[in-house]
Amino acid sequence: MSLFLTQVMNGIGNGAVYASLALALVLIFKTTGILNFAQGEMALYSTYLTWYFADRGLSVWVAIVVSMAISFVLGAGIERVVIRPVEQASPLVLVIVTIGLFLAINSIAQVQFGSEAKHLPRAYPDNTWHPGNVLISADTLVLVGVLALECGLLYLLLQRTKLGLAVRSVASNTESSRLLGVPVGRILMFGWGLSAALGALAGSLAVAASQPALTAASMQSILFFAFAAAALGGFDSTVGAVVGGLIVGVVQSLTTQYFKSLSDIVLVVPFALILVVLMFRPSGLFGTTRVERV
Amino acid sequence: MARTSRFATGLAAAAIVVVLLSLIPHIYGRTNTLLWAQALYIGIAAMGLNLLTGYNGQVSIGHGAFFGVGAYTTALLMQQHGWQFLPTLAVAAPLCFLVGVAVGFPALRVKGLYLALVTLGLAVLFPDLTKHYVHVTGGTNLVSLDADKLSPPAWVPTSVSAIGRDDQWAYYCALAFVVVGLIGMLLMVRSRFGRALIAVRDHEPAAETVGINISQVKVLAFAVSALYAGIAGSCSVLVLTQASADKVQTFQLSIEFLVAVVIGGTATVIGPLLGAGLVVFVQNWISNTLPKHVPSSGIVSRVLTNKASAPAVFGILLILFVLVLPDGLIGGLRRLKARSGRMLRRPRPAPATT
Repeated sequence: MSLFLTQVMNGIGNGAVYASLALALVLIFKTTGILNFAQGEMALYSTYLTWYFADRGLSVWVAIVVSMAISFVLGAGIERVVIRPVEQASPLVLVIVTIGLFLAINSIAQVQFGSEAKHLPRAYPDNTWHPGNVLISADTLVLVGVLALECGLLYLLLQRTKLGLAVRSVASNTESSRLLGVPVGRILMFGWGLSAALGALAGSLAVAASQPALTAASMQSILFFAFAAAALGGFDSTVGAVVGGLIVGVVQSLTTQYFKSLSDIVLVVPFALILVVLMFRPSGLFGTTRVERV
Repeated sequence: MARTSRFATGLAAAAIVVVLLSLIPHIYGRTNTLLWAQALYIGIAAMGLNLLTGYNGQVSIGHGAFFGVGAYTTALLMQQHGWQFLPTLAVAAPLCFLVGVAVGFPALRVKGLYLALVTLGLAVLFPDLTKHYVHVTGGTNLVSLDADKLSPPAWVPTSVSAIGRDDQWAYYCALAFVVVGLIGMLLMVRSRFGRALIAVRDHEPAAETVGINISQVKVLAFAVSALYAGIAGSCSVLVLTQASADKVQTFQLSIEFLVAVVIGGTATVIGPLLGAGLVVFVQNWISNTLPKHVPSSGIVSRVLTNKASAPAVFGILLILFVLVLPDGLIGGLRRLKARSGRMLRRPRPAPATT
């Protein structure tokens, strides 16, 4: 039982990262209706930025904040320069544009920062706690804490500020918002910037926490799990992204523990889970069901 | 009358193109012939994906997996059981069709974006599955073919397979399947099935009310497109002399098929083939030709001669391309034709009516 709970805790830690990136995906999807395949690579670039500043002597936490700020500007810039001109294009063309971004950003990061593996210094002591034989690592606590803080701030931003109100109005009806005088273009830039900053946080934490080497392929599996989380929760639901992320994380960790024969195909279980959920709820757990009039 | 003459022109043009294409292995050496063969097999997969995504509106980013099923079936049968290439297709093609049916059924419930994601999952999952279930010497999931297994069967005339030129055999196989696939596509698109595909894409409830069996049409579209991707995978074995699957590669293939469809022209018969050619040759141009034509010093050259920068150039070109031609090459040509047609047949000023 304690092993089970330990694995659940580990899963929640990983899940917090997936949830953060899934939140970034959902934010962009809600405002612009785009499935952003480049989200993982944007986070990758930001994580390289974090590494760059940490390597220049800043503490990791400060480096993360600086990287988030730069990512915000870059994200807003991508919306303005790349996405705005194709705003009205068909969904398939938008998929191609974000795939183009995916390829471009990944390779720019490699060219700019070099292809050798990087390591972030530890940001906090590597403690573990054992309440009742359940092992809880500092990683889990930090990841969950940051996710909780992030959700709280996002909630305040979206529900309690005028800016957040504008974002929600653009998400719910772009044309009416424009008529009411909401500066839709600037709000969309803000949405992309915010989501890039969230991605920067998720990516940096993923690399800072369990200390894997940072390479150009670091974000690809994380992005896949974030997609899984967003699909599970419903693509237009922020709550869904968080719940989905945690579920995917826990399921992944339990699979690794209890299905040894599946250890090299860990992805099977989250994949099967998404498929089953989508069979019964085609818009995810919390997503809005689209009603079609005939 | 007009219709028949148009058909005849089309047929003549197609015949000329096929003749020109069949000269390629005699003009180029091994490297370029294999590059053309690659463009052809990616074209086959893109044609299939176009049936699903272009005509039927189901977006898939997972056709690299079906491609892989075809490639592994052919490679394992040839390497471990000593089969010739062509007979392996009799196993690979039906197998891919069935896998397509198996994926098509759950896809009935999952729509749009969610389907794109589930199929993406398929592409990500496939390499793991091969690592788990394909066991060859060395404990990897790479199936390489011995050189003697790649030579064409005895009945092939030596003019199309000069000694030591197994690339020619690979090329002609790919070309043959492009022709067969293209004819199949033309027949399908113009048939009742093709019309049903479009009707389901454009308005599902309306299609249902006129008696189209939606589930049947959608699953069949999935299966046929998987079949095309599988045949493309089988052809790739001859070109690459191996079957392998890692995450980056399977994902990249899936993306290349989709890119070929969109930049060629979605829901056009010939577009995906042109798109596949563009995808293959532009990428080759970026990695091999472009670095030779940049100033020898300065930051531009340092960036462009770096191997890692090739995807950046490709990604940026891709974005610019869809910005200028969102409806692909064929769409652009059609608009050009419509515009020049209007200019040529400028209407005369209407006579005064009073």
